[in-house]
Amino acid sequence: MKIRAQIAMVMNLDKCIGCHTCSVTCKQVWTSRQGMEYAWFNNVETKPGIGYPKDWENQERWQGGWKRKKSGKIVPKQGGRLSILAKIFANPHLPEIDDYYEPFTYDYEHLQKAPELPTAPVARPLSLVTGKPMEKIEWGPNWEEILGGEFDKRSKDYNFEAVQKDIYGQFENTFMMYLPRLCEHCLNPSCVASCPSGSIYKREEDGIVLIDQDKCRGWRMCVSGCPYKKIYYNWTSGKAEKCIFCYPRIEAGQPTVCSETCVGRIRYLGVLLYDADGIQEAASVEDEQDLYEAQLKLFLDPNDPGVEAQARADGIADNWIAAAKRSPAYKMAVDWKIAFPLHPEYRTLPMVWYVPPLSPIQSHANAGAIDTNGEIPDVRSLRIPVRYLANLLTAGAEEPVVTALERMLAMRIYFRRRQLGEGGGQSVLDQAGITIAQVEEMHRYLAIANYEDRFVIPTSHREDAEDAYGLKGSCGFTFGNGCDFGPPHSTLFGGKMGRRKLNPVRPLDT
Amino acid sequence: MLSNTYVNTLLFGVYPYICLVVLLIGSLIRFDREPYTWKSDSSQMLRKGQLRLGSNLFHYGVIVVILGHFAGFLAPHWAVDWALDPVAHQLLAMVVGGIAGAVAIFGLSILIYRRLADPRIRLNSRKWDIAITLMLWLQLALGLLTVPLSAYHMDGGLFETLTSYVKGVVTLDGGAAALMVDVPLTYKLHILLGFTLFLVSPFTRMIHIWSGGGALAYLFRPYQIVRTPKTRAKEPVRS
Repeated sequence: MKIRAQIAMVMNLDKCIGCHTCSVTCKQVWTSRQGMEYAWFNNVETKPGIGYPKDWENQERWQGGWKRKKSGKIVPKQGGRLSILAKIFANPHLPEIDDYYEPFTYDYEHLQKAPELPTAPVARPLSLVTGKPMEKIEWGPNWEEILGGEFDKRSKDYNFEAVQKDIYGQFENTFMMYLPRLCEHCLNPSCVASCPSGSIYKREEDGIVLIDQDKCRGWRMCVSGCPYKKIYYNWTSGKAEKCIFCYPRIEAGQPTVCSETCVGRIRYLGVLLYDADGIQEAASVEDEQDLYEAQLKLFLDPNDPGVEAQARADGIADNWIAAAKRSPAYKMAVDWKIAFPLHPEYRTLPMVWYVPPLSPIQSHANAGAIDTNGEIPDVRSLRIPVRYLANLLTAGAEEPVVTALERMLAMRIYFRRRQLGEGGGQSVLDQAGITIAQVEEMHRYLAIANYEDRFVIPTSHREDAEDAYGLKGSCGFTFGNGCDFGPPHSTLFGGKMGRRKLNPVRPLDT
Repeated sequence: MLSNTYVNTLLFGVYPYICLVVLLIGSLIRFDREPYTWKSDSSQMLRKGQLRLGSNLFHYGVIVVILGHFAGFLAPHWAVDWALDPVAHQLLAMVVGGIAGAVAIFGLSILIYRRLADPRIRLNSRKWDIAITLMLWLQLALGLLTVPLSAYHMDGGLFETLTSYVKGVVTLDGGAAALMVDVPLTYKLHILLGFTLFLVSPFTRMIHIWSGGGALAYLFRPYQIVRTPKTRAKEPVRS
């Protein structure tokens, strides 16, 4: 056994209000640059929908993730090493920028400078790729927001697999949920496996997956290799970029920007200890529906003295072990089993997990005549079909999702009864298979969700990695050589692609 | 003018070394000092369309052409003579080079059309991106022109002269340039433009050819890469 630690994220979808604060703050910090306008390290999708980029979950189309061969070995779905190298000149599975959306701004200046006109002036969209006016905006990063667009198109959603989807197109039966997405910082990342230059790596100490910008050659195989489509090709710098899990903040013990700014307090960050020697085996189990359980088994109990001793022997610092014992991620994923990986069937062993959302009881069930299962409403009468959630979170296995939803319902019933002085909540908890101590803690973490409980992030030991004295007074995060501030310095070696200017054409000005 | 002795020595005796030195030292400096600028600079993301056909044809064609040049010109006599007489050797070069060159120039024509005609690509191209593709097209055209020309010299004599010249350059033989005096103009231009491509390579996207070779290491590495704080500390800042 070789124990490694990772800062894992859990998102409580039950509380996501779809405000996009996470996406916007992330964009402000990391991707508000030419070449990355179209890229959202974090985005929030309304489900059901085909998402961003279009149809990203359809791996028959994009060939992301891993496939298991008959021999039991797994290889990247887009092909083994030789096959990937053979596709290096033109990646047949690379999305085009229009599959995300053509980035645009508006000709705001025209609103101020337009001469007197019989009609109000209009700010036309300008493409940020060509700088030219766009006839019409066809697609955007959030086109399906709150069920925007026809059901016909949204129902292409891959998670409708084995769901009788036709009835969900009707207004009375419609349902929706939000799905915030970022890089999963997988245990078995297929982007790393797909990189011909070997520029992508997983950090041993905190599990963050990064692209070495100086080693990336822009071969683009990671973009198709990642099944979550969370690696983006910067078309200005010619390099791939991805969510960096705000590692400079994580190293300092601070939550990522998306987590810090989450209005609904849905995000949790905590340490998970896992057995690195078991990754290959866990990712290779035969039945896709066993992948969730297989990954769960990799997570080790930090309160087990044997695990603690081994972790120490494997070089994990004391403050990390202490943090692992208080980890909200461990509690939600392993202890209460209410959090699940996103699309485990991709075999990447993702490390951003989700608590499935509860939803209203379907309207056709009359008040007072709700289907119940013992004392808990039947979760199959919830508006969001269990199968849909299972397709999203457990490769279609419904049982774990049902248990999680029941536990969340049981928590509500228990606290409601307690609040009303009714008592008798114990039987509900027994039915859901949780103890009073657990439900008290679940309530504290899910309902109260204090900052200190949501984010238990040990500071990293930078002294092991860097010469802090040498870094003193040097510039921080930069692209290329030297510091980024000031005017761009000239270079013999090409520099950026296309210094494009916005050149609006204003047919109304004459 | 190209056959003036002084000019001939300058162009075929001195210029090649200037180009090769700039290629090697320039690439090394860029790799070491400006690693962030070292990339293949693909525009596939902006428009897939014709790229797949054009890029595959061009790259696979040109790889055969380049490997053919290396094998044809640099293989020592003892490695070739047992299998091929000079005439057969020349014929093989003409057929394989002709086909691969035609494939490459067809692919490159698609790429040039795409680069110039598609506003997305055109507006985001550097001057050198366009210049280098045009230079490559011209070079391939010159190379293809030598195929019918060579058909007039099927005795293998001219081919032998050129081979000796290239070997002379590579082995630092100061007298090699003299071999070029009586070579037809098309060959001369092909050689000069070839060295000029070497000269400008470190300053253009052409450096990605080195990395294409480097990417072969992918075949031998494990799928997963994990960096520890200790290995990161030992690594140079740029790798």
